[in-house]
Amino acid sequence: MRKLLLEGLLRRPLTEPAPETEDAALAALAAALERAARRRLGRSLSIREVDAGSCNGCELEIHALNNAFYDVERFGIRFVASPRHADVLLVTGPVTKNMREALARTYNAMPNPKWVVAAGDCALDGGCFAGSYAVVGGVSQVVPVDLHIPGCPPSPTALLKGLLALLESVGSARTHPSTGSG
Amino acid sequence: MPGLSDLMLEGSRVQGHRPAPRAVVDPAVWNFTVGKIAEGHWTLLGLWGEAAAVHMALLDEDAGETAVVSLDCPDGRYPSVAQRHPPALRLERAARDLFGLTPRGLPDMRPWLDHGRWAESDPASQPYDFLPAEGEGLHQVAVGPVHAGIIEPGHFRFTVSGETVVRLEQRFGYAHKGVESLMAGAALTQAARLAGRVSGDSTVAYAFAFARAAEAALGVEPPERAQWLRALMAELERLANHFGDFGAVRNDAAFPLLHAHAAVLRERVLRAADACFGHRFMRDRIVPGGVASDMAAGSTDMLHGLVADLRQRFPKLVELYDKTASLQDRTVGTGIVKPPLARQYGAGGFVGRASGRPFDARRTVGYPPYDALRFDVPVLDRGDVDARVWIRIREAEQSMSLVEQILRGMPGGPIAADLPSRAGEGMALVEGFRGDVLAWIRIGGDGKVARCHLRDPSWFQWPLVEAAVEGNIVADFPLCNKSFNCSYSGHDL
Repeated sequence: MRKLLLEGLLRRPLTEPAPETEDAALAALAAALERAARRRLGRSLSIREVDAGSCNGCELEIHALNNAFYDVERFGIRFVASPRHADVLLVTGPVTKNMREALARTYNAMPNPKWVVAAGDCALDGGCFAGSYAVVGGVSQVVPVDLHIPGCPPSPTALLKGLLALLESVGSARTHPSTGSG
Repeated sequence: MPGLSDLMLEGSRVQGHRPAPRAVVDPAVWNFTVGKIAEGHWTLLGLWGEAAAVHMALLDEDAGETAVVSLDCPDGRYPSVAQRHPPALRLERAARDLFGLTPRGLPDMRPWLDHGRWAESDPASQPYDFLPAEGEGLHQVAVGPVHAGIIEPGHFRFTVSGETVVRLEQRFGYAHKGVESLMAGAALTQAARLAGRVSGDSTVAYAFAFARAAEAALGVEPPERAQWLRALMAELERLANHFGDFGAVRNDAAFPLLHAHAAVLRERVLRAADACFGHRFMRDRIVPGGVASDMAAGSTDMLHGLVADLRQRFPKLVELYDKTASLQDRTVGTGIVKPPLARQYGAGGFVGRASGRPFDARRTVGYPPYDALRFDVPVLDRGDVDARVWIRIREAEQSMSLVEQILRGMPGGPIAADLPSRAGEGMALVEGFRGDVLAWIRIGGDGKVARCHLRDPSWFQWPLVEAAVEGNIVADFPLCNKSFNCSYSGHDL
């Protein structure tokens, strides 16, 4: 274990920009995200994730945000265990009828101001599950959505871009109904 | 002892069901079959319904043969399988919810997937009676459907005495999207997309199983190159998931160092998949008839490089796991599934193979190109968290070898065959990272899907989580659960 830890100290971190274009774009995005996060939220944005009936693909990519390549925590963005601690509700899935109440209750348990991000194609309008007897058909049918991140599933880079877009809009979103009473 | 072919002679054989036979039987033969399953002579592979019939898929493990028996039930009633063979219980409850089929003698008549919320007129939450557990000092802990972590929705009801779990009862259905109803009447391409979205981590395995079932129904053989490309994707998917699980189990034992390093390996596999096939999870790349697109230029060298890199890094992580006593203390002897239970449930994947059940669909039933590839199927019989981890380690090593073999042996030629428009029925079993995915399909004369059933390996693994957790402490539940890593969405459909 010492060897692994030592290597970790001596080796360049994986998050350093690499020559490939995609990684360079990622580094630029990361820098922009960090600036925005610091300015608007003082380096602290807490996200509560709710799977409202996704296939689990989106969750896998949200997990990847925490790996060494994307390392979302360096921006002060972290995933929290309770909606009571959260600024952002990140929702995936077409919202099954069996999850509608749990989603609404999670949203209601969050303090104001709060924002909702819907991730994945089926979170927009049900995607390929739209029209099913068991599906509500989109997160906005249940809670007000501030931002939708498309993709099936959205890649970690797309998720980072989406969070950046949200941070950029937070300062100007004072009129949003979900932030008005905070 | 009768073979499945003998059983098929007892009913009226259905023409056009491939490659395994299907026979419609009478209630007496149905009951005889159930008796043989309960004795352990055959393994129940799946049970599903439709408007006025119920079907069972069976496996003869020694012969490596499969078959389907069907029972017409015009009055919507049939003799319950679960009353003699408990692994059918949840399948029968689900078929009752979805098709109104009533199993006579079913020991548990509570709904399973239906939470009483599907009809707009009935939005009120229905009370669900959890099984009673009574005794001095017992209390309950209710967890989910929204969990503390980033995981799928499901409910766990623990009854505990102090710290010890005396009963765990699961309640699922939260992720039920009505996939099978969406498939009915859909074109094959649309149904294949749905199949690839049943369980996100197994999108390749599902698309693979669906495509094979559809091709069997249509009597089409995909080109050789397509078969090899499919296997390449399947092994990359297995590698990514096994690395992810390898780290995640450690994380639940408060050892995030390994989690971080394993996540790097997983990410490298996903990036390679993206570069080769244009999607990190290789979603929608396998289609009925073949594959949607070939590998990108330079993929062979890049994947050889990936495997070389993994071979260098992975053993260090394995060694660290093996030599960290505090970690072993959490995983060895925790969450045991005894071999007879794994056998009774026909548990597939690392869950079965860690408990002495050597079944692997790539080997036992078999499908191309695995007959041309060399690989071991690792088996242990301790059945604890540690054994499930070790099976994954050994399988990851096998998959690295398989990727190299596939790259070396990759044949040229076309990557897709034309599909005829004809009616037929087909069944396929494909080994995903989690275990065997069963796909059964009936294609109508219009070329559209008339009925499709997809059975996730989790159906026969989730009940074993309940058994494994009993007698363990609550704090070890996440560790046990992660060592199974069953699918919620795949189960709920």
